[in-house]
Amino acid sequence: MIEIDNVYKSFGALEVIKGVSLTVNKGEVVSIIGGSGSGKSTLLMCINGLESINSGSIRVDGTEVHAPGTNINKLRQKIGIVFQQWNAFPHLTVLENVMLAPRKVLGLSKQDAEAMAVKQLTHVGLADKLKVFPGKLSGGQQQRMAIARALAMSPDYMLFDEATSALDPQLVGEVLDTMRLLAEDGMTMVLVTHEIRFARDVSDRVAFFRNGLVHEIGTPEQVIGNPQQPETIDFLKSIN
Amino acid sequence: MFDYTFQWRQAFKALPDMLGGAWVTFETAALSMIFGVLIALALTVMREVKNPLARGFANTWVSIARNTPSLFQIYILYFGLGSLGLHVSSWIALLAGITFNNAGYLAENFRGGLKAVPDTQVRAARSLGMSAFQAYRMIVVPQLLRIVFYPLTNQMVWAVLMTSLGVIVGLNNDLTGVTQDYNVKTFRTFEFFAIAAVLYYLIAKAIVAVARLLAWRLFRY
Repeated sequence: MIEIDNVYKSFGALEVIKGVSLTVNKGEVVSIIGGSGSGKSTLLMCINGLESINSGSIRVDGTEVHAPGTNINKLRQKIGIVFQQWNAFPHLTVLENVMLAPRKVLGLSKQDAEAMAVKQLTHVGLADKLKVFPGKLSGGQQQRMAIARALAMSPDYMLFDEATSALDPQLVGEVLDTMRLLAEDGMTMVLVTHEIRFARDVSDRVAFFRNGLVHEIGTPEQVIGNPQQPETIDFLKSIN
Repeated sequence: MFDYTFQWRQAFKALPDMLGGAWVTFETAALSMIFGVLIALALTVMREVKNPLARGFANTWVSIARNTPSLFQIYILYFGLGSLGLHVSSWIALLAGITFNNAGYLAENFRGGLKAVPDTQVRAARSLGMSAFQAYRMIVVPQLLRIVFYPLTNQMVWAVLMTSLGVIVGLNNDLTGVTQDYNVKTFRTFEFFAIAAVLYYLIAKAIVAVARLLAWRLFRY
């Protein structure tokens, strides 16, 4: 369970998160939508400690993410994240990209790490690209590799930070399909996304962020189908 | 025209000794590069951290290494340390001097290379649970070394040529030392130094070739 409690976060004088509280239950898929600058990506980075917070608390399975005594490397092993700019490691082959962390962080043997990597890469449809370097892949393929890389750590949670925003339109579908499979498998997921239709299809709950706050939250039917707040209505209109 | 008769036969008799000297030169240059790269990586990291002491130390090193003649650097290590009661051999002073110089120049190259590796690479590595050290060692440094490889080979050549300065602190078993010994004994200056120059050329070429072979992993992509 991810428990976000009254979190504030500033970059210098700019306050981007202004008291957000949100709980994500095991097996739940929560989508965060909202305009740029609303603090949704920053919140995601705070969940696995890639960004610090100013006050409040974030707990993952009861462990305080930003407490000084927390072993953040250990905690990150169970929180996978996929970035907007996929961030493939260009000097490693697709297989090595996915094998690296299971070997060096989890300490799996070479055989076990390879078996895990092949399994995940097959899952995302890249079984024929094992020996290829990321520079030779399309954006969609690199993003699917990034998903496999995160999944190879056997995480309990997956965070997606606008995973399809940097892709050519014709490549968005393949990545969304991969994410949909994951949601159907029961993975606990937090998605920051601009794909409203996708969010509506896969989410258990949708949160609309505005000015660093959760402005409206509820089931997809409520927030996307029948929004109550005028700002939510405006946002959904502007995006369609 | 000048009335100088070349006497190559006599010079070539010294070739085995000179090859022995060439090996010392090769070794010195190679060691100074290995230590230089490792120290330069450390200096590069020190210049990025917040601790003012670490930054000050690294910046001072780079600044002195780049802005003073390498001849003085070796001189000071030999006589300077000696006057403090710390007696080092000519070879150690030479190796330390060139390493000091290499590390300073390379740290400056590496700083540029580091800027070319996006921060998001570290972020992605850390997000997989890697420690900062693992992220740098396995993700940043390999990419960095590829970016700076050609400037690095420049410094390798320079390191080979700098070893000839060992003669000023009394080193006599490296290529320049051996050559100089034969020169003062026979006065066949042109012959001996011509052979030495060819050997230096070959050593420099060999060191870059070996480095390129060792770096094959960096050039896979």
